[in-house]
Amino acid sequence: METIKLKIDGKDVTTTKGTTILKAAKEFGIQIPTLCYLHLEDLNIENKPAGCRVCVVEVEGRRNLAPACATECTDGMVINTHNIRVLNARKTVLELILSDHPTDCLVCAKNGICELQTMAQEMGIRELHYQGEQSHYREDTSPAIIRDVDKCIMCRRCEMMCNEVQTVGALSAVNRGFMSVVAPAFEMNLDHSVCTYCGQCVAVCPTGALTEVDHTNNVIRALADPTKTVIVQTAPAVRAALGEEFGLPAGTLVTGKLTAALRRLGFNYVFDTDFAADLTIMEEGTELLNRLNRHLKGEKVALPILTSCCPAWVNFFEHQFPDMRDIPSTARSPQQMFGAIAKTYFADKIQVKRENLVVVSVMPCLAKKYECQREEFATDGNPDVDFSISTRELAHLIKQSNIDFMSLPDEDFDNPLGESTGAGVIFGTTGGVIEAAVRTAYEVQTGKKLENVDFKELRGMEYIREATIDFDGLPIRIGIAHGLGNARELLQDIKDGKSHFHAIEIMACPGGCIGGGGQPLHHGDSSIIKARQKAIYEEDRNKAIRKSHENPYIIELYEKFLGKPMSDKAHHLLHTHYFDKSKEITVE
Amino acid sequence: MATITLPASKLDQLKDVCKSFNNDKKELINVLHKAQGIFGYLPAEVQEIIARELNISVAHVYGVVSFYSFFTMLPKGEHPISICLGTACYVRGAEKVIDEFKKHLQIKVGETTADGKFSLSCLRCVGACGLAPVVLVGEKVYGRVAPDGVKKILEEYT
Repeated sequence: METIKLKIDGKDVTTTKGTTILKAAKEFGIQIPTLCYLHLEDLNIENKPAGCRVCVVEVEGRRNLAPACATECTDGMVINTHNIRVLNARKTVLELILSDHPTDCLVCAKNGICELQTMAQEMGIRELHYQGEQSHYREDTSPAIIRDVDKCIMCRRCEMMCNEVQTVGALSAVNRGFMSVVAPAFEMNLDHSVCTYCGQCVAVCPTGALTEVDHTNNVIRALADPTKTVIVQTAPAVRAALGEEFGLPAGTLVTGKLTAALRRLGFNYVFDTDFAADLTIMEEGTELLNRLNRHLKGEKVALPILTSCCPAWVNFFEHQFPDMRDIPSTARSPQQMFGAIAKTYFADKIQVKRENLVVVSVMPCLAKKYECQREEFATDGNPDVDFSISTRELAHLIKQSNIDFMSLPDEDFDNPLGESTGAGVIFGTTGGVIEAAVRTAYEVQTGKKLENVDFKELRGMEYIREATIDFDGLPIRIGIAHGLGNARELLQDIKDGKSHFHAIEIMACPGGCIGGGGQPLHHGDSSIIKARQKAIYEEDRNKAIRKSHENPYIIELYEKFLGKPMSDKAHHLLHTHYFDKSKEITVE
Repeated sequence: MATITLPASKLDQLKDVCKSFNNDKKELINVLHKAQGIFGYLPAEVQEIIARELNISVAHVYGVVSFYSFFTMLPKGEHPISICLGTACYVRGAEKVIDEFKKHLQIKVGETTADGKFSLSCLRCVGACGLAPVVLVGEKVYGRVAPDGVKKILEEYT
């Protein structure tokens, strides 16, 4: 690579040709402020429309100021990143953005975590010099995501996530000039679009334009109702991220404090979605072996089998590949398996009527909000899971309830739905569900004990991974994809008859659930997602039991209640079916 | 769920247009241009078909349709009237000409008369600045239009 020399703020700088001014400056400790720019390095996601112009710098000899995020360094360039001309321009740019932005920051959902607010603070904006017309749009509330487009600054990060990374295509910039806005087709509401509620638009939105539907008040009301028994389940990825909301470094495991906090919030029983993840492995793993063995006997069966834990992924194929909906496993997600077992097996056990049992889930995910509202997951109008709140909402709930999180002792989950294995924990990261399935499927299929449960070949952050696992002479070919755009590639291969896999794991969010739309905001720092992944594998290593089928409470559940995996009862409670959600077109 | 109630023959024509551009997503604007020629406007259903044929999202198609003022989602009148608002036409009184059309037709810019006969729109520069202000009715160009000439133009079509 060609090396070039330039000057940034009087310092001699050497960099490689093609490097942007922003990156070259960063390497030398100069942080040029950015707003629309987003770079998740480890995930290879970049948004640089050079639209906001906050990152402008002066390049000597150039007539106008240059956007640092999109201007490449050239040999001999002399750059000033903070002289008076640059500072004035940057302030003007920011004030113009603010002139068409509501100033109700105190009551905004993003108060304190808004990148626009932080920037206004850092730039010392104390007065708005530009007063003029403000754009107004109606608010759009879907089952999971709220669009408050008055707060949109047209950074187009959401559009990039929705189209380039996820290839969902729900959002696009529409209209022109002052009227331009990011919206679904025909400016319809999200719930009339192909949106999967993956929440990646929310995860990257710098302002309050995209936020989750907040269910914390529903939870508070349920907890205050003396006629209700309220139980909670918490997903694996939550324990690896919640600490960030309380100032702990990314990747700090807070399982014990999380459990203690939930108990102090007043939940009657504090359970673990990981238990249901173990249950998922029993059902999904059995289904996998079932299809595999029939395939080996020469029967025509749908292979590869695709995992079905991720609700955004389910929404995705229902909308975009409805003709392939016999391929994914029929196993419900762990959230819904938990709800179904809680409202039958557990409700009977504690002698509480279904309608008096409230099941709350804490999820790293926004699509889970939609999933628990699906009609097929309710009995006589009573949902299996009543409310799903995100990791961020739980942090708010803890703060509102006067709980000093940092001083909490480590506590354990309750039984019987709180015991889990290392296999359940790794559901929180890309590669984890299939690794958990392999740990159980190997032993069931071969009848041999698996000595080393660490399948390192299934781990990592590469978007599409593949590995062949030796099932005692039988090679099992496994594919993994995270990010819906990558899932689309594998799905298209299946459609074209080019896929050679037996099983494929898919998670909608980059990184898997650890990078979910309900997690603490990463603000463009992908090392946070990597740290969470490390924490998940650490939790797995620390578990006494690491294979789902060895979970004693799972064994008991089958003995006393379900019979065996894929039994009629298991089928009724733990499996589902999928719908064609593509648009019907009839021609007259 | 969109229910399409467009004539099947026109629909085939639309699919042929897409095919003539090799169903290439980069040709979206050209496809939309031809589609508007077939239907007179670009209703949601037409955009959905184009999205499917070119393998792009409907949101993206709508993004392009809503960006360019040439594209319309409302059916145009039998005689679409376009008034040039380019710099030359504007300084020579195009705005007064618009006002006169609005008064006579009792519609706003972007609307169509109740009988479906006329629709009113604005455009920027047709490249006939020497004739400013310029008005187009269908394909026919009228130059040096004064407000008191508006009535006469409309009478040609009634």
